[in-house]
Amino acid sequence: MIESLELNTKSEKEDYNILNLGPTHPATHGVFQNILKMDGEIIHETTSTIGYIHRAFEKIAEHKPFYQITTLTDRLNYCSSPINNMGWHMTVEKLLGVETPKRVDYMRVIIMEFARIADHLVCNSIIGADTGALTGFTYVFQWREKIYDIFEEVCGARLTTNIGRIGGMERDFSPACMKKMHDFLNDFPKYFDEFTLLLERNRIFMERNIGVGPISAERALNYGFTGPNLRAAGVDYDVRVMNPYSSYQDFDFMIPLGTQGDTYDRFVVRQHEIRESLKIIKQALNNIPEGKFFADVPDFFLPPKEEVYNNMEALIFHFKIVMGEATVPVGEVYHSVEGGNGELGFYMVSDGGRTPYRLHFRRPCFVAYQAYPEMIKGSMLSDAILTMSSMNVIAGELDA
Amino acid sequence: MVQIDNQYILTELQDKFGERIYNSYEPYGLLTIELDKNSIKEVLQFLYNHKELQMQFLTDVCGIHYPQIVGKELGVVYHVHSLINNIRLRIKCFMPIENPAIDSATFLFSSANWQERETFDFYGIIFIGHPNLKRILNADEMDYFPMRKEYPLEDGTRTDKDDSYFGR
Repeated sequence: MIESLELNTKSEKEDYNILNLGPTHPATHGVFQNILKMDGEIIHETTSTIGYIHRAFEKIAEHKPFYQITTLTDRLNYCSSPINNMGWHMTVEKLLGVETPKRVDYMRVIIMEFARIADHLVCNSIIGADTGALTGFTYVFQWREKIYDIFEEVCGARLTTNIGRIGGMERDFSPACMKKMHDFLNDFPKYFDEFTLLLERNRIFMERNIGVGPISAERALNYGFTGPNLRAAGVDYDVRVMNPYSSYQDFDFMIPLGTQGDTYDRFVVRQHEIRESLKIIKQALNNIPEGKFFADVPDFFLPPKEEVYNNMEALIFHFKIVMGEATVPVGEVYHSVEGGNGELGFYMVSDGGRTPYRLHFRRPCFVAYQAYPEMIKGSMLSDAILTMSSMNVIAGELDA
Repeated sequence: MVQIDNQYILTELQDKFGERIYNSYEPYGLLTIELDKNSIKEVLQFLYNHKELQMQFLTDVCGIHYPQIVGKELGVVYHVHSLINNIRLRIKCFMPIENPAIDSATFLFSSANWQERETFDFYGIIFIGHPNLKRILNADEMDYFPMRKEYPLEDGTRTDKDDSYFGR
């Protein structure tokens, strides 16, 4: 038995080349290792190794009070961390049974859609860069910076935002922030059109991308795909529509769908989602209701500083929040939001203590990336790189 | 066309599996059933093939550890989703820590592959029939299952470590 096995590997060694792609290869945009068994330039078999930046967030979360877990969620999908932050806040609010005011919902929608635009811009411009069209990348990346300027205006941070609080937002949109958002909505579409003209119907780009890394709708569903990757395969599943959260039902927007599930479809679906996100932001900004920017949850939402200094109750709540003394109900809750790459779920079991008993992140990248070997089987090495960037696998989310 | 709600799912499951469903409750509106761990394959297959329910999307698989419940220390929690009816179901299977083994869901869902590997990696739950059950996020040499409750986070104030490069 052992002898025949050795013979088998020996003959395979003669036929195939083993290529180690990663973990620090510049073309993989993150820490991914794939060991490719190659027949010439055709990929025969792939073994993925992940976990290079595993940081044990789920374990750490079991030892942190609720408001400190927000900073952990920042580092999941760091291209669109506000969505993760908001998803976490909404999970806790669901557990506590908190109703947020409409203004909070609209503010969250605006921030989340800006984050989605930033996420998709990164992914799509990188697809361009990987196909050799670096120009588009330089066109849109300044707009990602402008989105980060908006985040900075709201929360003070750019990449790992820690934006919002349990129960609402930390502060209202300032006039400067409003101006930046309106400027973005006025100026960005022109540049984005230019980016679209450069790539979307560019014959060279299309020839390069169509048919690369395809997956059928059945396989995509079976592999647990969600988000743009699933919609490119033709399944209209979007958490924003199926289980609306944060008042998404108030907005009028379309869910773009692909047909082939290949790299080009994933690219086009993301392109159109950016336009839909712009539509949502416009509606939200035009109809944003007046009112408070936080819900009435004194156990979780920090009181204003002048209250803390002059009012005993506020001081007590401030102390209780900072020391993580707030009481929570016993229960378990699953809440999901439509992240940049798909359904980002939070499954939390609470035993009434100051920390979650168990917190599991349903990371869309982690679930989808296991289809990668199947998607690139039989394709060329350069196609494998392209497939990976079009799936928008983010190492932080993959490894948690 | 029947009305598909939690009650309908529960009735269908109880008609078919009866005693093997130990318990059911609805925290925050999501139907949760506690199931005999030997029936997981049958139940997933039944939900998948059911012509009204069509629960064909496995959202999430994760483990959980309750050290104080003797005989049911380790659990696996499945979230399945019927995209047609837009209804979710949570299935929990508990098992003793001495013999944590359960049938793998990979026969039906390809997405279970890595999610079960992750559960094995962190809780040491053996999935019978899994094609490639080995650690995924942690190092292969690791000889314990870090998400179990007996392993605390490292105490940040400990002094017995000579690790001056990291300022401790």
